[in-house]
Amino acid sequence: MTVPVIHGYPRADGRKGIRNTVLVAYLVECAHFVASKVVAGFPDDDVQLIGFPGCFPNEYAAQMMEKLCTHPNVGAVLFVSLGCESFDKVRASDAVAASGRPVKTLVIQKAGGTASTVAAGRDWVRGALDTVGQIERVPMGVDELVIGTICGGSDGTSGISGNPAAGKAFDLLVGEGAACIFEETGELIGCEDIMAERAVTPELGQELRESVQKAERYYATLGYGSFAAGNAAGGLSTIEEKSLGAYVKSGDSPIAGLIKPGDVPPTGGLYLMDVVPDGEVRFGFPNISDNAEIVEMIASGAHLTLFVTGRGSVVGSAISPVIKICANPDTYRALAGDMDVNAGDIIEGRRTIEQVGREIRDLVISISNGIPSASEALGHREFILTYKTFEPIGPACLPSRI
Amino acid sequence: MTGPFLLLNEHDNVLVARQAAPEGASITLEAGEVQLARAIPLAHKVARHDIAEGTKILKYGMPIGIATRNIAAGEHVHIHNIRSAYTPTHALQDGDGVSAGVSQ
Repeated sequence: MTVPVIHGYPRADGRKGIRNTVLVAYLVECAHFVASKVVAGFPDDDVQLIGFPGCFPNEYAAQMMEKLCTHPNVGAVLFVSLGCESFDKVRASDAVAASGRPVKTLVIQKAGGTASTVAAGRDWVRGALDTVGQIERVPMGVDELVIGTICGGSDGTSGISGNPAAGKAFDLLVGEGAACIFEETGELIGCEDIMAERAVTPELGQELRESVQKAERYYATLGYGSFAAGNAAGGLSTIEEKSLGAYVKSGDSPIAGLIKPGDVPPTGGLYLMDVVPDGEVRFGFPNISDNAEIVEMIASGAHLTLFVTGRGSVVGSAISPVIKICANPDTYRALAGDMDVNAGDIIEGRRTIEQVGREIRDLVISISNGIPSASEALGHREFILTYKTFEPIGPACLPSRI
Repeated sequence: MTGPFLLLNEHDNVLVARQAAPEGASITLEAGEVQLARAIPLAHKVARHDIAEGTKILKYGMPIGIATRNIAAGEHVHIHNIRSAYTPTHALQDGDGVSAGVSQ
């Protein structure tokens, strides 16, 4: 452990959290409302809503839910089931119990319906808050942090201010031993060769290249790249222009591995997350919005996410705080209350990429110690989980494990 | 970063607007002084010199697309005159960065 500058919540698996959240998780859309009513009873406590909407079974969703409910930022979990959905609630509950966390499952059809399930849920959450409130924080090193990065609402400023500053912060954090994750292989199209050269082994380089080629095939079948109309209005002309701007978020560190959603980085270092499903195109777009990607990095253990925006995204996330880095100085002036960092200063010549990168690194530490990020203080707790299919990663993807 | 238009890499054939530039503003390029035919919004691109149809557009020193027609020095370089080498770009009415659009 490096010099402890953080105080985190110890968990039985040896990981530490920077938050101590009680999760309420619905297991089908039909239980969403009841679960949200349980959460609404605790406006001043760290009680958050997540869930999976589908009634059909999906191994990816089952694994994601287990990883999210045993995330180090989570202290206890209440599952809310309608009763007849396909989600395997016993398996999910067993996984949380095995992690040493308080867990309870309420089945609406057996608990007397909406009103009595809400009442029973609130009773249980009250007790869970008392239980997790007893957990004493312990010293935690930067090398115990997992940090994700994403860009959303990108424009032509993202690639010249916000993303390079996030990349600088990643370089500093990787240097301190943290595990850092960048993702969205569909937004690395055009960068595959320069990225492969940074892999710690040639075999990993080939895996990185193939992950981007998979994304290219997948998006070509769907007929759209990972490119929104607002990207064009903001000055980005093509997916490869967006990609090159997005790629610099990864900084300059060697790439230590390729992971898929739910794989926790085995050591510190820089990792690419492959978010595009394996096999034939099924279930539609890989990530239907930014929060789908944030949730996948959280499932891989991300304690917090660096989110670079140019057009101006306001989202946060359930479970792990989001640090909002605004690349565009005009957007910053318009949405200052939603932003943590003004990387627009770089474009207007007031600060360097280095200075803003250091500010981001220091914010990671203070937010890890409990200071709320802007979106967190505003109450943003977005969450989305949809259907996907993945094959496990191959042996070349994590050279440190061989 | 200095000057109203940035050259991100010496190999680039586009410059990036560091701040919005109005129509008619005069900019200095290697070929000499050019008047902007239209307003260029923040972070949009202009041609550094004349670009022939079919030429790769370079930004950050890397290809970001292909010119779909001849582009004059100082002209706005965007979705109306370049295309992706991968997937087509989806844009709404505001894709030029100036027109009001449904995504505003």
